[in-house]
Formats: sequence, C-alpha cells, structure tokens
Amino acid sequence: MALTQEDILAELAEIVEEVAGVDKDEVQLDKSFTGDLDVDSLTMVEVVVAAEEKFGVKIPDDAVKDLSTVGDAVGYIQKHQD
Amino acid sequence: MGILEGKRIVVTGVLTDASIAFHAARIAQEEGAQVVLTAFPRPSLTQRIAKKLPNGGAPVIELDVTNAEHLATLADNVKQYMDGVDGIVHSIAFGPQDAMGGNFLNTPWESVATAVHVSAYSLKSVAMALLPLFPETGGSIVGLDFDAQVAWPGYDWMGVAKAALESTSRYLARDLGSRGIRSNLISAGPIKTMAAKSIPGFEQFDGVWGERAPIGWDLEDADPTARGIVALLSDWFPRTTGEVIHVDGGVHAMGA
Ligand SMILES: NC(=O)c1ccc[n+]([C@@H]2O[C@H](COP(=O)([O-])OP(=O)(O)OC[C@H]3O[C@@H](n4cnc5c(N)ncnc54)[C@H](O)[C@@H]3O)[C@@H](O)[C@H]2O)c1
Repeated sequence: MALTQEDILAELAEIVEEVAGVDKDEVQLDKSFTGDLDVDSLTMVEVVVAAEEKFGVKIPDDAVKDLSTVGDAVGYIQKHQD
Repeated sequence: MGILEGKRIVVTGVLTDASIAFHAARIAQEEGAQVVLTAFPRPSLTQRIAKKLPNGGAPVIELDVTNAEHLATLADNVKQYMDGVDGIVHSIAFGPQDAMGGNFLNTPWESVATAVHVSAYSLKSVAMALLPLFPETGGSIVGLDFDAQVAWPGYDWMGVAKAALESTSRYLARDLGSRGIRSNLISAGPIKTMAAKSIPGFEQFDGVWGERAPIGWDLEDADPTARGIVALLSDWFPRTTGEVIHVDGGVHAMGA
C-alpha cells in the first residue's frame, strides 16, 4: 500500500534525526536540508542511502541535486514508491 | 574456487557504492576473501554501504590515516575480526580545494602537505600499521593511482601527490620484499565517484578517454579497475612488485 505524505515525512524525519542529529520535530516540509537543517553533503548522502533502504526507492545522484527541501524529498519518494 | 579463497583482506576507502574500493570489496568477497573495511569520515555511512556487499556486510573500523591513534589501534581492531592479514587495498586520496582546479601556482604548502599526507604517505602508514598481522609467507598491498607521468587539467597538486604515491609504493616494495610482501598500484582511468566529483574540470576527462582509449572506457564502470586490484591481491602476480599496472583502456600508451 502506498504511503501517504504524512507517513513518509514521519519516517524521513526519523532518518534525518538518526543520521544528522537534527531533532525530528524540526524536519518539516518547507525546511531546506543545507540552509535550515545544516545537513552537509556527505551527511545528505547517508540520509539518501538510509531513505533508499527504508522506502525501497532508488534516488540517483542527479535527482538528489534537486532535493533541496524536505518537501522535495518527500514528494520524490511518494512519486517513486511502488 | 575463487582466486582469493581463504585470503584476509583489509579494504580502505569505501565511502559510497560508487567507490572503487566498494567494487574491490565486492569482487574480493565473490572470489572467496574475508573482508574488513576501514572508514572515514562517516563509518555509519560505510556500514550502510557495506550491507550491499555480496556477503551482506563486512566489519567496519574507523580510520583517519592522519590520526596517529587510529593507526596505532588498527591492528588490534582488525584482529577482532581476522587472525591475520594477507592483503591491503589502499583506496584513499584527498586534496584541499585550493590544491586543485587550476590554482597550482598559488597553492599554499599546508594544502600540498595535506594532499601528500593523506594520499601518499598513508600508503606507508597503513602498511606499517598492519605489518604485524601479515603471515611469514607475505602478502600484497595494492594502491590506486592516477597516471602521474604527465600534467592533467585541474588535477594539480593531487597529481604531485600521486607521483609521491608511485614512489612510496616502490620504496615499500624494496623494504617489504624481504617479508614477502608485494606493493603495487593500479593506475585507473576516470570513474565517477565522490572523489572525482571534487576535482574541478573532471568532465574534461570524459572527452579524453572517449577519444583516446583504444579499447574503450566507461566512467560509470569501476569493475575493470576492481578486477585489476583483486588480481594483484591474488597469487597470480607472485613476482610482481613496485609495479604500476594501468587499467585505463590503454590511454597511457597512446600518443594522441
Ligand atoms: N575516480 C577516479 O577517477 C580515480 C582514478 C584513478 C585513481 N583514483 C583513486 O582511487 C582511490 C579511491 O577514490 P574513489 O575514486 O573511489 O573515490 P571515493 O571518494 O569513493 O574514495 C576516496 C576515499 O578516500 C577516503 N579518505 C579521504 N581522506 C581520508 C583520510 N584522512 N583517512 C582515511 N580515508 C580517507 C575517503 O573516505 C574515501 O573513502 C583514490 O586514491 C583515488 O585517487 C580514482
């Protein structure tokens, strides 16, 4: 069954908390990874790997470049989940 | 039976699943080796990547090659997982941004020193840190080179560091020969990895290899390079040491 935007956000927030040490309540759709959440590029790589594992999606490097906010990432995962 | 059956290999440099070291670890496991990884700067990332290996994982030890304490404890940490070491893959390079990208004439010594420390001197550091674990029958050390005989666009002081790596490998071959330990490098063509992305103008290599590799070259494919590494780790190059083997589609041999 496809996950809702809310489900994805909740699980992604947990990943970001675990990997980047950002409080999960901070992880909101309009927050940018680098600007607001202070996630550096290598940490972002790990967030992506963890998200790929969790949601069973493949997020290629070219797509990662366009995921500047949490909402972008949630949208990408929602669109590409099977 | 695989060509690394029963061999115990320490693989440095797995950062992502694009890393040359990841593919070396993958083929090493496929060929029967037991593999331990070292990681820097995010062991947790390397751990996640390790799950994609054929054996479903490998132990991960934190190792910053500029950290004396990490080096001093490396052998003990490896011993928790393997009773000895038959081979090392050195797949480590780093150059500060001002050491690359056309700033050659203005790069400060500190940045050059960092590039040489991490990318060349570390071959000796890692070899010496693990030396006590090699059996009397010897073993194999393999490093990753990018042809340092010529000047490249943008590569700058990393090129100088690679020249130092080539030389370091020859001296290791000299000084570890009596222990039966071989030291060789694979000089690889360009592959799209994190390290490659940090080299300004890396895209230019695409054109060079596209035009000049007589047997062709794929920047997305680390497999040929990884196979070269595994071959050098195996018993199939028993009297080869101090050597640089090119896995570059033949570009080094072409005049134009
Ligand atoms: N990608 C290429 O085009 C290419 C071509 C020829 C040679 N090489 C060489 O291959 C090797 C591996 O690079 P890659 O292309 O797989 O990229 P990569 O980014 O996947 O790997 C580079 C590795 O160096 C490690 N590293 C950096 N500083 C370190 C330190 N202080 N301590 C320990 N490890 C450290 C990183 O953690 C990373 O795992 C490097 O020596 C590189 O110069 C790469």
